Amino acid sequence: GDWHCTASWKTHSGSVWRVTWAHPEFGQVLASCSFDRTAAVWEEIVGESNDKLRGQSHWVKRTTLVDSRTSVTDVKFAPKHIGLMLATCSADGVVRIYEAPDVMNLSQWSLQHEISCKLSCSCISWNPSSSRAHSPMIAVGSDDNSPNILAKVQIYEYSENTRKYAKAEALMTVTDPVHDIAFAPNLGRSFHILAVATKDVRIFTLKPLRKELTSSGGLTKFEIHIAAQFDNHNSQVWRVSWNITGTVLASSGDDGCVRLWKANYMDNWKCTGILKGNGSPVNGSSQQGIFNASLGSANTSLQNSLNGSSAGRYFFPPLDSPRAGSRWSSHAQLLPPPPLIEHSCDADTANLQYPHPRRRCVSRPLNLLPENEGV
Amino acid sequence: RARPDPRSSCVFVVRKDQDIYIQTLRKLFNESHGIFIGLQRSEEEFAGKSRKTQLVQVSKNYRSVIRACMEDMHQAAVSARDPALHSQYSTQVSILSAMELIWNLCEILFVEAAVAGPLLLRLLDWVRLHVCDVDNMVREVLSSENPSKHELFWNVVDVFVLQGRMDEARHLLSKEASANPTSVNMCRILDDLMKKMPVPSLGNTQTLTEMELKWQHWHEECQRYLQDGTFASNSHMESICKILLGDENAILEKKELMTTWYHFLVTRLLYSHPTVKPMELRFYAQSSMDLFLGGESSPEPLDTILMAAFEFELHQVIKECSIALSNWWFVAHLTDLLDHCKLLQSHNLYFGSNMREFLLLEYASGLFSHYSLWQLGVDYFDHCPEYGRVYLELHIERIPLNTEQKALKVLRICEQRQMHEQVRSICKIMAMKALRNNRLGSALSWSIRAKDAAFATLISDRFLKDYCEKGCFSDLDLIDNLGPSMLLSDRLTFLGKYREFHRLYGEKRFSEAAKLLLMLMTAHIAPCSFWMTLLTDALPLLEQKEVIFSAEQTYELMRCLEDLTAGKSDKQKFQDDDVETMKVEMLRLALARNLARVIVKEGTLEGS
Repeated sequence: GDWHCTASWKTHSGSVWRVTWAHPEFGQVLASCSFDRTAAVWEEIVGESNDKLRGQSHWVKRTTLVDSRTSVTDVKFAPKHIGLMLATCSADGVVRIYEAPDVMNLSQWSLQHEISCKLSCSCISWNPSSSRAHSPMIAVGSDDNSPNILAKVQIYEYSENTRKYAKAEALMTVTDPVHDIAFAPNLGRSFHILAVATKDVRIFTLKPLRKELTSSGGLTKFEIHIAAQFDNHNSQVWRVSWNITGTVLASSGDDGCVRLWKANYMDNWKCTGILKGNGSPVNGSSQQGIFNASLGSANTSLQNSLNGSSAGRYFFPPLDSPRAGSRWSSHAQLLPPPPLIEHSCDADTANLQYPHPRRRCVSRPLNLLPENEGV
Repeated sequence: RARPDPRSSCVFVVRKDQDIYIQTLRKLFNESHGIFIGLQRSEEEFAGKSRKTQLVQVSKNYRSVIRACMEDMHQAAVSARDPALHSQYSTQVSILSAMELIWNLCEILFVEAAVAGPLLLRLLDWVRLHVCDVDNMVREVLSSENPSKHELFWNVVDVFVLQGRMDEARHLLSKEASANPTSVNMCRILDDLMKKMPVPSLGNTQTLTEMELKWQHWHEECQRYLQDGTFASNSHMESICKILLGDENAILEKKELMTTWYHFLVTRLLYSHPTVKPMELRFYAQSSMDLFLGGESSPEPLDTILMAAFEFELHQVIKECSIALSNWWFVAHLTDLLDHCKLLQSHNLYFGSNMREFLLLEYASGLFSHYSLWQLGVDYFDHCPEYGRVYLELHIERIPLNTEQKALKVLRICEQRQMHEQVRSICKIMAMKALRNNRLGSALSWSIRAKDAAFATLISDRFLKDYCEKGCFSDLDLIDNLGPSMLLSDRLTFLGKYREFHRLYGEKRFSEAAKLLLMLMTAHIAPCSFWMTLLTDALPLLEQKEVIFSAEQTYELMRCLEDLTAGKSDKQKFQDDDVETMKVEMLRLALARNLARVIVKEGTLEGS
C-alpha cells in the first residue's frame, strides 16, 4: 500500500494549474493545463522492463492545445459516454471543447466548440449523467474579481437542434469569485447537484423543467435551489470534490482544513468530519474507526463547533413533519460520535476480561455466555 | 493566501475506517453477511408463530457472532504487546459488549415481543448475562472453610436475590443456618418465602391473573413477617425481606452490587410488578434511571439507547445507535432484522424501509473500500431495491483490477446481474491495458468478451501486422480456439481463418488449404491490403510437385492478382520497389506454370 513517484517531468513553461485523468477505457491518459496558455494530453508508454522493475513509467505528450491566448485555468475530460472529449477554460473567458475522433490516436484532436463566457474562467465541470434524458452539460465558474454582481457560475448545455453549446442557466446568487465547481455523480436522479467553491461552500440542485421547444434552441430550463451553504472554512474555499456515489462532498479552504459534508434524510447537509492538512482529524472530529470511543471528554461542545451555527443533531426529523417523496429522504446523518461507553481507566490490564459497558469506572469481567443460553 | 511551506509538499493519503481491516472484525462481517443473506432469502417461508421463532433465531445468530468476535478481540487484547494496540482491542471489546447488550434487549422487546409474564423472565436472563460476574465472588465464598463467615457472604446472597436466583440464594442460606444455630429459624422462614415466591411461567400453566393473585398473597405474607420483626435481629436478612417486598430504598442500598440502572429496573419489577406489560416498561425505566443516577450524573449514550428501547421508540434507538457508532454495521443489520419483523412499516415512519435501505447502502459502501470485503458488499446492494443497483454500478467500476483473476471475478458479478455497460467497460479497460503491454492475446480475449467489434478489429490488425513483420503468430492457442466468437468482426474472422490456413498447410492438407486461401480473397474476407501476402502464401502451393489448384482456382488467383495490380496507377508501379515487382512477376510465372500443368492433368482421363 505504499505510494512512490513513478514519473516526474518538466514540460510547461509556466505553472501547471490542473491535471486530470481520462477514463481508463482510453488507456492511461492525462491532461494538464498551464499558465503558459497551453493544455497538453499525455499517454503513459509501457517502457523497458528495466524501468518497470525500478517502478518508473514514461509519459509521452500526444498533443498540445495552443488555441488559448491566455492562461488555461482548467481542463477536464468529458464523461466517457460522450466519447473522447475534453474541455478547457481560460483566463480570457473562453471555453474550448476538443474531440479525438479516433480514440486510438491521441495526437489528433479537433476543436469542436468555442464558448465565450464573457468572464474570466477558473474552473469547469462536466455533468457525469449518462441518462438519455440529459444532454451534455458543462458548468463554468469564474473568478473575475472586478466589482460587479454578475453570476459567476454559468451552465452550458449542448443542443441537438443547433449542434452547439449554449448558455442554459446562470446562478445569479453566486457573485463572489468561484475557485472550483463540481457536478455530483448522478445515481439516476432526474435533477443535478452542483457544488461550488467560492467564499464559502455551496451546494445547488438544478431540476430540469420540461424542455420548452419554443425557447432558444430547445434548451432546458432549470429550477435552482440552494441545498446548503457553509462558511465553516471561514475563508476562501478552493476545491470541492465528490465521492463515488455523490453522497459525500469534500471541500478545502484557506483555513488549511478539509471538510466533509453529507446530507441526511431531509436534505439537510451537515459536516461529518474535519481533517487538517496532513490528514489527521481535528480533535476526534472524524470517525476514527468502526467502533469509535473517543476517550471521554465533553463532545457536545465539539459537535457545536463542528456544525458552526447549526444546532444539535437533528438527523431524523420529528415525526409530525413528514416530507415524503424526497429523493434524499433515505439519507441519515453522520456525525462524530460521542463516546459510547466510558473507558475504564483503572482496569487491571492483566485481569482484563470483557469490560462491561457500564458507567462506573469499575472493571469487572463479563459473564461468559454458557453454551445454551437457555433463553 | 498562505505561502506554501516547502516542507509540506507532500500528498497525504487518508483513509476512513481503517479498523475494518482488523482480522477479528472481518470475521464478524463475513459471518453476519451469511446470516443477512439467509434472512433475505427466507422471506415468506413461514408465517405467524413459526416466523417469529425463525426471526428470534436469526437474532440469536447475530448475537452469537458478536460474542464470538468479542472473544477473538479479547484474545487479541490479551496477547497484544503494544500498549496502544492492547488499548484499542480492549475498547473494541467494550463496544462489542455494548452492542450485544443493546441487541439482546431489542430482541426481547421487538423481535420476540415478549408479553407480560415471559417479559420479566427474559429481562432477568438479560440482566444476569450482562451484569458483573459474581462467579469469582461465589467461588471464593463457597470454597472457603466457613462460607457463612466470609466477609462477602451476604453480598453474594444479595446478588442472587437481586438477580432472582432464588435457588442459589437458598443454598447459601442453608449454609448460614447450619453454621449459625441462632439464625436457623430466620433462615427457615426466609428460605420458605423464597421457595414460595411466585414467578411468571413460560408455558400456559397459569394465567396472569392467577399469578397476580398468588403473588399478592405471598407479598402479604412477607409483609407480615417483616412487620412482626421476625428478621429484626439480622440486618442482612431483614434487608433481604425488604427487597422481596420491593422496597425501593432497600434495593437502592445495594447499588454497588447492581452497578446499572437497568439492573435496578429489572429487580424492581421482579419484586413489585412481575406481570409488567411491555408498554408499562417506559415509566419504570425512566424512574429507575432517575432514582439510580440520583442526579449525580447524566445519562450516557448507552443509557439513552436502552431507554429509547424501553420506550419502544425504535426510530430513536436506531438514530442514537447511528450517532454512537461510527460504522454502520450494527444499525444496518439490526434495522434490517426489525424491518423483517415488519416493525418499520408502521404508518408513523415515512421512511421506514428507506431507512433500512439507507443504512444497508452506507454499510455496503464502506465495505467496498476493502480489497476483499467488497464482495460482501455486492450482496447487500442486491437487497436494496431502490438504489442498490446504481450504487453497485458505481462502486464496482472503481474496484482496482490489479490481476486478471480479480477482473474476472468482478466480471462474473456484473454478468450475473446483466450489468452490460459495466461488463463492456471493464473488458475495455483490461483490453487497453493488455494492448499497451503488447499482450495481444489477452487484449483480444478481453475484446471478445466485451463484444467490442471495433477493438477486436484493431487487435486483429496488430496480429496481422506482427505476422507480416515476424512471420509467425503469437497466441496461437487463442486464435485456434476462437470458435463462433470469430464472427465478432470481419478482421477477426479473417485472422482466424488465416491461421486455419497456416494450420492446414502445416498438416499438409494442401488442397483444403488452397481452397481456404482462395476463399479468403474471393469472399472478401481478407482486407485488400493483405492480398499480396496471401498470394505470396500461395506460391509454395503453386510450386508443389503435385498440382493443388484446379484450373478454375488458378484463373481466380490470376484475376485476384490482376485486380490487385490494376488498382495501382502507373506512377505507383514505377515507385514500387524491386521486391514488389519481382514478387508479382514470380506470381505470374507460377500461376502460368500451374495453369499449364493443371490443364494437362484435367485433360487426361482418370484411372487409366
